Amino acid sequence: MTYTEDRKTAVAEDVLVNQDPGGAEELSRPDAGGEPGSTAASGPGAAVQARSLTKRFGEFTAVESVDFEIRAGEAFGFLGPNGAGKTSTMRMIACLSPISSGTLRVLGLDPMRDGSQIRSRIGLVPQEDTLDLELSVRDNLYLYGRYFGLPKKQLRERVDELLEFARLTERAGDRVDPLSGGMRRRLTIARALVSSPDLVILDEPTTGLDPQARHLLWDRLYRLKREGVTLVITTHYMDEAEQLCDRLVVMDAGRIAAFGSPRELIDQWSTREVVELRFGAEGHEVHGETLADLAERVEVLPDRLLLYTDEGDATLDAVRSRGKSPIAALVRRSTLEDVFLHLTGRSLVD
Amino acid sequence: MTITTTPRPAVAPRRRAGRAPLAFRAYQYNLLSYRRTWRGSLTTTFLYPVLYLAAMGEGLGHLIKHGSSTAVEGLPYIWFLAPGLLAGTAMQIGANDATFPVMAGIKWRKTHLAMLATPLEVTDVLYGHLLWILTRIATAAGVFLGVMAAFGIVPSPWALLAFPAAILTGAAFAAPVMAFSATRDTDQSFVVLYRFGIVPLFLFSGTFFPVSQLPGWLQVVARCTPLYHGVTLCRAFVLGRPGGWDSVAHGAYLLVMFAGGVLAGRVTYRRRLVR
Repeated sequence: MTYTEDRKTAVAEDVLVNQDPGGAEELSRPDAGGEPGSTAASGPGAAVQARSLTKRFGEFTAVESVDFEIRAGEAFGFLGPNGAGKTSTMRMIACLSPISSGTLRVLGLDPMRDGSQIRSRIGLVPQEDTLDLELSVRDNLYLYGRYFGLPKKQLRERVDELLEFARLTERAGDRVDPLSGGMRRRLTIARALVSSPDLVILDEPTTGLDPQARHLLWDRLYRLKREGVTLVITTHYMDEAEQLCDRLVVMDAGRIAAFGSPRELIDQWSTREVVELRFGAEGHEVHGETLADLAERVEVLPDRLLLYTDEGDATLDAVRSRGKSPIAALVRRSTLEDVFLHLTGRSLVD
Repeated sequence: MTITTTPRPAVAPRRRAGRAPLAFRAYQYNLLSYRRTWRGSLTTTFLYPVLYLAAMGEGLGHLIKHGSSTAVEGLPYIWFLAPGLLAGTAMQIGANDATFPVMAGIKWRKTHLAMLATPLEVTDVLYGHLLWILTRIATAAGVFLGVMAAFGIVPSPWALLAFPAAILTGAAFAAPVMAFSATRDTDQSFVVLYRFGIVPLFLFSGTFFPVSQLPGWLQVVARCTPLYHGVTLCRAFVLGRPGGWDSVAHGAYLLVMFAGGVLAGRVTYRRRLVR
């Protein structure tokens, strides 16, 4: 059960080691700061700043008065069930969708007024690929670079570099249509990087990918972060959020339900460990009641009982000493998934 | 293998100067895409005009010449027909490229959506595509005039003006149809548009026979339709009868339709693409 914990530590170290000041400085270049008189009043290094940010579609409020600040150079996550308002928030940051009320500053600029300029410094990986399936892998990258006005010669070099980065050099001349989902996703990410953006927005970058493809993508995202690029990621994979994000918010029904680093969120919203118990045919409901005093919180699921506690082994011993003999017992660390389910509930949203 | 974030590329910190250079970036998409897929459009652009002129002009024209003592408006039929076909072809390309490719940009290939995540604005996407349609119409019109010359139908230097007249005719259809397409969710309405709009216009706007042949009330209808003005304008220039204020009025009609279409397109594109 220590496997994930080890990985986690390794990642944390990796992040620490790679916070090179050069990269950070790169991002807080003077022109990244707001213009004089802007209300952003952002401290140095605020890549995105939202105050009472709201998005309405007619009667429906997708995002309701949220506040957050994303620092330059960090990987910031938006977690939440479907319909929580993640994508709407992403689209506002990417200057694709006008805000309904509140204030939003992206790279120190106002999306409502400087959308084109902001977008020239953003790379967007949308939830649904918008690759041109009829064109080749190389053409897709090249054309996208032309939209940013990159000079042809420089762009050709950049495209070669990105093909390497996305491990697509071999397929450069092939049409996109027959490529696998993982390859397309890598191409979409490479395409978002064509203009060397300061801020990369990834809306569910790994949904639908197999584990190999996900790990390759994560590796690519670490590299970007190491180079000082600010990453904004939405996901509903908790392991992905734990791996990639320095800080994150959990959104639910258009609001921010919790905020912090993955570790902080677990500390704040869950216990250190969880004891999972399975009993046979007997109702978990009944057991839940009789064991309620052994844990900070007990959750009864149809197939198992979860005891949230700081000392898992001690709690399990206490369960056994009461003569209970579950057919299966497991002590594990709390994860972000526990936090997520606690905050957003277990019922299906859509 | 690293992706360097320095040196930064020359993404000029572009203030809201003119939109033209940005629209041209959207236009470039079509250029490159066309370079990869141009073969498919050869038939509509190059082959159909030749086939039509040969079949209707030479074939049908002979019947008319032999059957009746007078040809249409005292001209060989093919001379009457050719400028009509020129305008009709311009309309068809204008309308066609403003329907399915627009749906593709928004929904199928999503190329418009991809552009909007870049410095391009909605209007750039609109103008870029419109500019591309004009290019297509101009190419087809140029080819058509060449084919006409090969058939020996270029009687007057005024015929040169038929080139912009044909482009204007196509543009007058392209812009409003683009505006319409951006409001559609499926391509079914395009079939309806063709069946009840484009095809009847092509047949009854004075393309194949003078509208004076129509029953009285239909004549009035025909004279109000946009293709009638395009056909009349192209014919006036090809036949070397520029026609003064009449031609100005025809041109103005088409220009207003084009401008109205552009304005409507700015609204419908924004409504569709910015949410």
